[in-house]
Amino acid sequence: MYPAAELDIELKLLVDAIYLKYNYDFRNYSPASMKRRVLHALTQLEVATVSQLQDQILHKPDRFLDLLQYLTIPVSEMFRDPSYFRAIREQVVPILRTWPSFKIWIAGCSTGEEVYSMAILLKEENLLERAIIYATDINPHSLERAEAGIFALDSMKLFTSNYQKAGGKSSFSDYYTAGYGSALFDKSLKRNITFADHSLATDSVFSEMHFISCRNVLIYFNRPLQNRAFGLFHNSLVHRGFMGLGSKETVQFSDYAQNFEPFEARERIYRKV
Amino acid sequence: MATIRSAQPQTHALPLTVLIGASAGGVEALNRILPQLPADYPAAVVVVLHQPSEGPSLLVEVFSPRVRLLTKEADEKEPLVAGVIYFAPPGYHLLIETDGTLALSVDDPVLFCRPAIDVLFDSAAQALGSKAIGVVLTGANEDGAAGLARVQQAGGSAVVQDPADALVATMPEAALAAVPTAQILTATAIGQWLATLQPGGRHGAQ
Ligand SMILES: C[S@@+](CC[C@H](N)C(=O)[O-])C[C@H]1O[C@@H](n2cnc3c(N)ncnc32)[C@H](O)[C@@H]1O
Repeated sequence: MYPAAELDIELKLLVDAIYLKYNYDFRNYSPASMKRRVLHALTQLEVATVSQLQDQILHKPDRFLDLLQYLTIPVSEMFRDPSYFRAIREQVVPILRTWPSFKIWIAGCSTGEEVYSMAILLKEENLLERAIIYATDINPHSLERAEAGIFALDSMKLFTSNYQKAGGKSSFSDYYTAGYGSALFDKSLKRNITFADHSLATDSVFSEMHFISCRNVLIYFNRPLQNRAFGLFHNSLVHRGFMGLGSKETVQFSDYAQNFEPFEARERIYRKV
Repeated sequence: MATIRSAQPQTHALPLTVLIGASAGGVEALNRILPQLPADYPAAVVVVLHQPSEGPSLLVEVFSPRVRLLTKEADEKEPLVAGVIYFAPPGYHLLIETDGTLALSVDDPVLFCRPAIDVLFDSAAQALGSKAIGVVLTGANEDGAAGLARVQQAGGSAVVQDPADALVATMPEAALAAVPTAQILTATAIGQWLATLQPGGRHGAQ
């Protein structure tokens, strides 16, 4: 087993080095998950110690990109937690409809599953043309993959079942063309989507939003960093704008608890007050 | 005299913590263990049970009427408290931070499992050292074996359900292969033994 005392020291130094050199700020991430990911990266990248890894990433930017794939593990699903998307369709959409045009921000979009889910939902509600969607993440590889809109064909079974449970109105396979083990999603879905590099840890407000969905990102942040993200969301949202979180995330224990009210509490959908 | 001062992890403020991993047949095995734990229990209890990741967990509903401790689904950043049983939410890994708070993650499944017992046990070994008691129950895969070894290496105790008593013996057998010195007990006996834990007292026959 990797010696625990040294590991904690090395991890801190690694995270500081990454920040100083690349301005990626992992200093306020949950340590237990970071530790697991770095140890996993050591095995996969065949490096003996965290200190050696630090040496490599400081002198070889490509090595940092390799490590970033482990630090920001791209894990996502289309219509993950179908009841969340059902609540958007049934509760949020009628209010979005009252705005002549609206902006949606998917923060921490990973490889794009969540943003395509949103686009499909809006299309079925005849609202896609009225929407401007921003999909942001800190992992450039994930953003490229999101923009490509290509997903593994063997995920389609799960995605289809999620889509149906989320109240999908059509046949899921209408949205992609299958070939060579992958599913290429309909290009018209992404006509109004802008994919961009944006960090909730270091960047600021970039536009005024009506709905922000940030799911399964904040669980990796400590409280001060969660507060920073909630502050960004609060400042980005229009009056009475919406914020949706992951199924185990809440604004309740943050500094912004009073600035949001539950809209669909079970699904962690809030409204700016 | 030369002394080399080393920064020891500060575990004195953290509660004794029982970590239980179970898979196929787990509800029944847990049902033979958890109801035996007395009110005012001096340890926190953290349970990872493999189950379908869809929908809310029913474990709190199932166990709260049958046990004398408070039961809840684990929330991110809540501190471990003695006398409470925490269940890992379906679809999330559950970890323990070195400050004794709980953390959740949606990182990739480990051995096809999320929550994974190994993830909980690894983090508990690091965070709790000798205050961790790892228990591996019935199941059809090998999750928990590597983690139990970590718990023991870090000074914690290791307990494995007797494979003959387990609905599915694969998981306890794998755990015993990884930790041959673990205590082997039936589920009922594990419950009896856990019920006698003393606050801060030595525990665990090796
Ligand atoms: C587990 S994925 C969540 C994907 C999707 N939202 C979902 O729920 O399925 C977490 C994502 O958050 C991104 N992330 C991590 N830190 C971030 C930060 N500081 N700013 C923006 N995104 C971040 C990671 O790169 C990763 O793609």
